[in-house]
Amino acid sequence: MAITADEVKHVAQLAKLEFTDAELQMFAGQMDDIIKMVQQLSKVDTTGVPVTSTVAEAKNVMREDKAIKGTERETLMHNVPQKDRGFVKVPAIIDESEEG
Amino acid sequence: MNFATTIGLEVHVEMKTNSKAFSPAPVQYGQEPNTNTNVIDWGYPGVLPEVNQGALEYGMRAALALNCHITKDIHFDRKNYFYPDNPKAYQITQAQTPIGHDGFLEVELEDGSKKKIGIEEMHVEEDAGKNTHDPDGYSYVDLNRQGTPLIEIVSKPDIASADEAYAYLKKLRQVIQFTGVSDVKMEEGSMRADVNISVRPIGSDQYGTKTEMKNLNSFEHVRSGLKFEEKRQENVIRAGGSIQQETRRFDVNTGETVLMRVKEGKSDYRYFPEPDLPPIHISDDWIKEVKDSIPEMPEQRRARYVNEWGVTEYDANVLTQTMEMSDFFEATVAAGADPKLAANWLMGDVSAYMNDKKLELADLALTPEHLAQMIGLIKDETISSKIAKKVFKQIVANDTDPKAWVEEKGMVQLSDPQTLQPIIDEVLDNNAKSIEDFKNGKDRAVGFLVGNIMKQTRGKANPKVVNKLLMASLKER
Repeated sequence: MAITADEVKHVAQLAKLEFTDAELQMFAGQMDDIIKMVQQLSKVDTTGVPVTSTVAEAKNVMREDKAIKGTERETLMHNVPQKDRGFVKVPAIIDESEEG
Repeated sequence: MNFATTIGLEVHVEMKTNSKAFSPAPVQYGQEPNTNTNVIDWGYPGVLPEVNQGALEYGMRAALALNCHITKDIHFDRKNYFYPDNPKAYQITQAQTPIGHDGFLEVELEDGSKKKIGIEEMHVEEDAGKNTHDPDGYSYVDLNRQGTPLIEIVSKPDIASADEAYAYLKKLRQVIQFTGVSDVKMEEGSMRADVNISVRPIGSDQYGTKTEMKNLNSFEHVRSGLKFEEKRQENVIRAGGSIQQETRRFDVNTGETVLMRVKEGKSDYRYFPEPDLPPIHISDDWIKEVKDSIPEMPEQRRARYVNEWGVTEYDANVLTQTMEMSDFFEATVAAGADPKLAANWLMGDVSAYMNDKKLELADLALTPEHLAQMIGLIKDETISSKIAKKVFKQIVANDTDPKAWVEEKGMVQLSDPQTLQPIIDEVLDNNAKSIEDFKNGKDRAVGFLVGNIMKQTRGKANPKVVNKLLMASLKER
């Protein structure tokens, strides 16, 4: 097995998700299949091929530093489950933000 | 056991671009929550970010000012984490190809010596939104800050004490401020410092385990936090214990650091190249263009003040500590003030007033034009230096034209001998004892007489003219 139930559990925890043991087993099996499929790529000889971070040919795509007014708050927050005075209201999180 | 300390700093600086790093929403403070955002900032499905060329160029500018080499081929990476301040669940950053690397800052230490502190790398990335924690058990999320372009500057572990860290931060702020890419205000969060520190017994060639403190919001907290942490680690090791890799929080009230959490492993962020942003090649021509756009730096300004305006080396150094002060000084000189006098007033009365009232230069009613005009009035002897103090009090706090005010209040200095002589004669007539004292070699008598004359003229008499006339009159008596 390339992927174990423990690894699935770890990644789930990082994503703040909870699964039953049965679910963890099921996902581990599915992910294992995916990894195995992708692993076929390592059979290709890549000697001398530079590392690629994108398959698109585009380069230097940039926009000028011009501001465009923000989108209407009501529209953006239409699907927000709980809001208050224009803020998104979420259960308190004690952990520190990453902030970069 | 004696210890050597190793400190590393990661400093985040918010760039003052018009728009965000990867979305065109405005970068602006103090707006209603969630009004400066668009679908990219919220991470809506199917949106496509685009690199803000201005943010990239500001990053290059900072990199060049910090003596970094520019990475010619860059791409962005995703740093994955789940937290409500960033709804797309990853931060776009540069993990593999930081825009600048291997630079340095030369800092001046308290004993006047200089030290080069290496810069490992600096990269361009995006800021997260802001969470406000309420005691009601909820957090309130404002995404206006989400996507604001940041520069992260990572020092080499060259810093050996809390005081050196302080000097490094001060110098870093100064350089970044003069490049014009950021306001670098710690109290407003446009400059934030994460620090890590470790100690090891002298002679050991291995670094000790380091602890981290995040988001310190003043230079003084950085210094105090590091000093405390240095001692704490030394004490733990002396007692036979070992240091844990952990994140600690500096408690402003107690001056101590307290455990926040044991650090997550680095691989937990699962970095990978950002597929939505094509790579960028930085040509030599582009680097040159950005280099040419860098405004005059403090060193160059300093040299100009000394060589062209005759300001002392020390004064020039003080005046170029912040761009606000330096700009104000130059505007005062441009408005016609004698540079040396302008320097004296800014470093003396103006700075004292700012310290006393806890105000910034920008908060004062004082304008460079008014200061220059007042200095002109002193120089051409329209007002005495004593009256100047009164004029200063008026113009520092009010938008008052000094010349008009001096005339209106009848504060113009009396320099005409024909006006002053009768007053001097009268004072001498009334103080025969002082004349006698003077004749007997008591110099104090002169001071007493001058004081009386000043009193009669309500401080308006020109002291130089008074002295000359008084000495002549005394000899005649």
